[in-house]
Amino acid sequence: MIFDPTLAVVETRKVFAGEGPGTRAIFYLLSLATLVTFFAGVGLRLRKYYAGRPAAEGRFWRPSRKGEVQDVTTKPGLGAGLMKVATNKTVRRDKPSVGLAHLAVFWGFIGLFLATSILSLDYDIVRNFSRFFLGREYSFYHGPFYLAYNAVFNLAGVAAILGTAHLMGRRAAHKEPQLDYTRAFKPEAGYSRRQFRQGDWLFLWGLMTLFITGFLIQGLRIDEAHFPTFERWTWMGYLVGLAWHGVGVSAGLAAHIHPWIWWFHVLLALGFVAYIPFSKAMHMVTSPANLIVNDPANTRRLPQVPNGHSGYTELADFTPKERLAFDACTKCGRCHQVCPARTAGAPLSPRDLILDLRQWVDRQNHIPALLDREDRPDQSGPLAGETTLAGSVIASRTLWSCTTCMACVEVCPVGIEHVPTIVQMRRSLVDAGDMDPTLQSALQNIAQQGNSFGKSARMRARWTKGLDFTIPDARKEPVEFLWFVGDYASFDDRLQNLSRSVAKILHQAGVSFGILYDGERNAGNDVRRAGEEGLYEMLVEHNMAALSSANFESIFTTDPHSYNTLRNEYPAYGLEKPVRHYSELLTDLVLSGRIPVKALNKTVTYHDPCYLARYNRVMDAPRALIEALGCQLVEMPRNRTGSFCCGAGGGRIWMDDSFLEERPSENRMKEAVALGVDVFTVACPKDFAMFSDAVKTVGQEGKMVVTDIIQLLEEAFDTDRAMAMSVAQPQADGADANPGEGVSSEQGPQ
Amino acid sequence: MRIVVAMRQLADLVEELEVDDSGTDIDREFVKFVSNEWDEAALEEALLIKEQSGAEIVAVALDEPDVDQTLYTAIAKGADKAVKLTGLEEGWVSTHSRAKAIASWLGDQQWDLLLTGVQAADDLDGQLAGILAAQLQVPHAAVVVSAQTEGSSVKVSQELGGGTIVEETIALPAVLGIQTARQAPRYAPITRIRQAMQSGGLEEASVAGDLAEGRPTVRRLYPPEKTGHAEMLTGSASDVADKIIELLRAKGLVKS
Amino acid sequence: MASDVLVVAERSGGQFGDITFELLGKAKEIASALGGKAGVVLLGDTSGVDALGAADVVYTIDDPSLSNYNPEATEASLIGLLRQVEPRLLLMGTSTYGLDWGGALSVAWDAQLASYVVGLSLEGSDIIATSQLYGGKLFAEAVLDGERGIVTAIGGSFPAEAGRTGGSPEIVATSATASAGKVTFGAIKEPDKSGVDITSADLLVSVGRGIGSQDNLELVQELADALGSPLSASRPIIDQGWLPKPQQVGKSGQKVKPKAYLSFGISGAPEHLEGMRNADLIISCNTDENAPIFDVAHYGTTVDLFDLVPELAEKLGQ
Repeated sequence: MIFDPTLAVVETRKVFAGEGPGTRAIFYLLSLATLVTFFAGVGLRLRKYYAGRPAAEGRFWRPSRKGEVQDVTTKPGLGAGLMKVATNKTVRRDKPSVGLAHLAVFWGFIGLFLATSILSLDYDIVRNFSRFFLGREYSFYHGPFYLAYNAVFNLAGVAAILGTAHLMGRRAAHKEPQLDYTRAFKPEAGYSRRQFRQGDWLFLWGLMTLFITGFLIQGLRIDEAHFPTFERWTWMGYLVGLAWHGVGVSAGLAAHIHPWIWWFHVLLALGFVAYIPFSKAMHMVTSPANLIVNDPANTRRLPQVPNGHSGYTELADFTPKERLAFDACTKCGRCHQVCPARTAGAPLSPRDLILDLRQWVDRQNHIPALLDREDRPDQSGPLAGETTLAGSVIASRTLWSCTTCMACVEVCPVGIEHVPTIVQMRRSLVDAGDMDPTLQSALQNIAQQGNSFGKSARMRARWTKGLDFTIPDARKEPVEFLWFVGDYASFDDRLQNLSRSVAKILHQAGVSFGILYDGERNAGNDVRRAGEEGLYEMLVEHNMAALSSANFESIFTTDPHSYNTLRNEYPAYGLEKPVRHYSELLTDLVLSGRIPVKALNKTVTYHDPCYLARYNRVMDAPRALIEALGCQLVEMPRNRTGSFCCGAGGGRIWMDDSFLEERPSENRMKEAVALGVDVFTVACPKDFAMFSDAVKTVGQEGKMVVTDIIQLLEEAFDTDRAMAMSVAQPQADGADANPGEGVSSEQGPQ
Repeated sequence: MRIVVAMRQLADLVEELEVDDSGTDIDREFVKFVSNEWDEAALEEALLIKEQSGAEIVAVALDEPDVDQTLYTAIAKGADKAVKLTGLEEGWVSTHSRAKAIASWLGDQQWDLLLTGVQAADDLDGQLAGILAAQLQVPHAAVVVSAQTEGSSVKVSQELGGGTIVEETIALPAVLGIQTARQAPRYAPITRIRQAMQSGGLEEASVAGDLAEGRPTVRRLYPPEKTGHAEMLTGSASDVADKIIELLRAKGLVKS
Repeated sequence: MASDVLVVAERSGGQFGDITFELLGKAKEIASALGGKAGVVLLGDTSGVDALGAADVVYTIDDPSLSNYNPEATEASLIGLLRQVEPRLLLMGTSTYGLDWGGALSVAWDAQLASYVVGLSLEGSDIIATSQLYGGKLFAEAVLDGERGIVTAIGGSFPAEAGRTGGSPEIVATSATASAGKVTFGAIKEPDKSGVDITSADLLVSVGRGIGSQDNLELVQELADALGSPLSASRPIIDQGWLPKPQQVGKSGQKVKPKAYLSFGISGAPEHLEGMRNADLIISCNTDENAPIFDVAHYGTTVDLFDLVPELAEKLGQ
């Protein structure tokens, strides 16, 4: 290091001011030890990831196919992923102030990390290399670069401090439910999550102290140097220096204090770096990585069963991607808050599930966790040894509580996909016969008759008997639309009326449509999500055989669940026709004038079905329809992709829900009641059934009316104009029935 | 311990059954055949015995429509072997003939305990357990709700109606007609059934020959005529509720 | 040719079940047409023999081996008696007795057997039995044209009054036939009657498969509470474990005869109908208008139980 004092003013500073060679040696040795620890920790984790089962979908990354139609299952590119990370978009979503604070810490920390890296580049590399190879020491750490460096990275430091302060304040002052670590599933012998809280605070205070001591050192250095004018560029350090001076720390005293605080800062910083891979701080690496490899297709199109297993039974079943996802969890608790199972008092919290799995997988891989583990007096749950995964590490009651509503996946700021992992574990429960007797009989009924009602497969189209026209059998005559009716709409007495209404409206609008009659089976969406993969495949084979014997242009469904599997999963089995939801079809028909309507002048609210809104982004069509019918739509606080599940999904409709404190459908109904509206609109047969019950159980019968969109449309149907239209155009031409231009779904992943 | 579970196929009662042209049998052509539910209970009880004290389970059934499905399902649930008895004419097999077919197959088998469903929806000429046991000249018990083996005997609980249970010990070999198993029949995941199918392994044995015809001659099979149908109450739920309360009030069962 | 008709008496707790008198009445009718005698077989002790006045003859087998339920011992003695008396027809209930012994007796005694019989008549020398098969969906008319016949009949198929007429039958004491002794009686366990007693209630609210889930039972329980009646159920509800066994109505549960029986979501399997068809007033709610329950109910409705039950509970609560 050559520093020429004869030069009047060089805008730079000494590195290692005052520390002798011995001190420096200790510093470098410590740094080396820190880096070894850090990379050893990272190495352990990488080893853990790569020990995972390579899934058919790829280890971490499913390449997006060129020319893939933009769809809800499209894998976003690397750029989009990086952008999500850089902007903290997913962290800011739903929680703007927390998100902004996090963004400040995020970029502040990156800034400070860059600052240290740049200094090390100059001091340790450029200077040494130039001296060694060129014989003369070069440095870029001076002049305008030095000034800009200080100005910019001071800003980073201030941002980091403000952000951290905000996050600390929130954690201390606001008792938000998602920050409460109380478990949803209570282990018999008890548990303690004290370490989680300690880890959180250690992380926050560690960062805060690191940031603050950095500025204190800067202030002391500037104080020591008698406040050179150019150091005003180091604006925050300069202010801190003035403060030191103001409290009576002279240049001499500053020189005396400096090393002590410097060592404190250095030891804390090195300690922190070594701590990262074994603690909550690891999320700085794992979360962005997980967010980038996140694949929207995974939940919508469930992964395959691991080879040789019927579902997840052991450690080796977890894929690298899943192992990374466990590590990515920051315990932010957003999933815990939105989960309908947890809200209803069921023993499932997606947060707890991920944390349990992480702790268990880490223990099996002998990865130590510092202040990042749950303690239990016994060896249960995440502390269990090598044991059955589903049913032991995660209780079967927990796994069966999931409605697969996908709210957790949607809300997770770091891209964890809880649902596919839950289904993989359910698959092994099904294999072991560990399930509700009612679910078992539903599955048996589906296996034998193709419907969960246990009714004869031949009775499937019996609901059509009440119609004064015959719905074409798409297997016998060509139709434009094939209506995949679904179990509930076909067999449930309460819902058959709705099915007949749909048929009547479409018939009156002259739409060319048909059904598969007794060729249709349960589409299998919920069978698959209940974990009965073999039965799902059997249903798909049966339905595909019926579909390929039929002649049609496109499919529409009334049931959002069937819609999801037909749209996202059946293509893998050869389905090539487009699939739409009846809300989309009806909207097109109304907006294009094919169905004449009168204004209803009602005030209604609308419940977004999980499988329509969250899974498939169909949110505008039902709203456009409601408005086209002259209704004023009042939104519930939880709407669109933030909708709250009715509790029926993922096979839950076949299971006992009497143990719940409050059914999700009742919780939802109360949300609607609070709006002061008296019409609760749905676009899903299961919703109609669930909420018709909920209206009664929350004591709103007669006050709140549950209405399917088809009932609204039926009521608004303008018979006179329809008559006039049919006179003017006696035969609606089937070829005209292409409503391609209307409102369609908002497609693509967010 | 070798346990034989005698199973059978039966027209699915979910279906609407029609009588064929002869007027003496159901129209078997378009009816779906499923496993007899009481036989499923028998299989479950056998599986429970196997789990408790170890046993080899052999499921056996006559070759009737879709019987493969039932036998493969039994294997998927834990049966060690499944045997299909062929050679009988298709149609309504009498219980006496069924018993004789099974007895003739059992003749060259080594077995300790035979479990079967207590009854079936078409066993007009009696229930299999008693008939088979009498043909084999071994002890039997029917309407069994629990069977647990103890050495060379089996401890059974029989249900006498009204919830009264009688417990007995029966020396093996014995035949039991199972009413319910100690737990509901387990679920057979479709994947396992398919695996069983892929690995094959259904044994076939021919039982053709002289079979009993102990059944009285059926001369007519017909759906019951609706005698004395209820008077139907119609209208809204509220209307119907009013009428019901009125009826109960007339009986003095609802106060004023 | 043989012309006697024998009935196996069923006793529980020292009392003869209705089935015994139903069968005895039918036995008298057929025996008199054949010109033979109607006899009753009384197994075990001879207590209560006075109630069998309608019989022409009562065969008693008073032996300790028959004092407890034991299929092997009973069958041995019955076969011994049958070979001795050689009646034309043996009548039993399609109860545990009939299900357990009927088949074995038909083999050992070499007789034609008809189960689930709900109608019995004579055509010349042929016995014509009408059986209820396929869960009550079909009836089979079968001809017992052999020398010996066994019929197991479903309870409630014949009037019991005809079997309750007085008289002084001949009492024939016979001895037991030894069996191989492979079945050893252990214990008898009466059901726990400490809970709800559905047999003595004037009014019963009963629920079946149509209720869907255990959770929905609450709804019907509320109605039962409003009516001050116990809640009973059909077999599927008990098998699921949703209600305890003593609350089951049916052949394998309790036979009930309340003043009024309200059923919800019960389709009416024969097993259930046997347990409740004698109620004075039966009102049934089932969404399937073709449900067999409507054949025995006095009043019926196809209104959804989920609409009707709360409506009833509310109106009664006022």
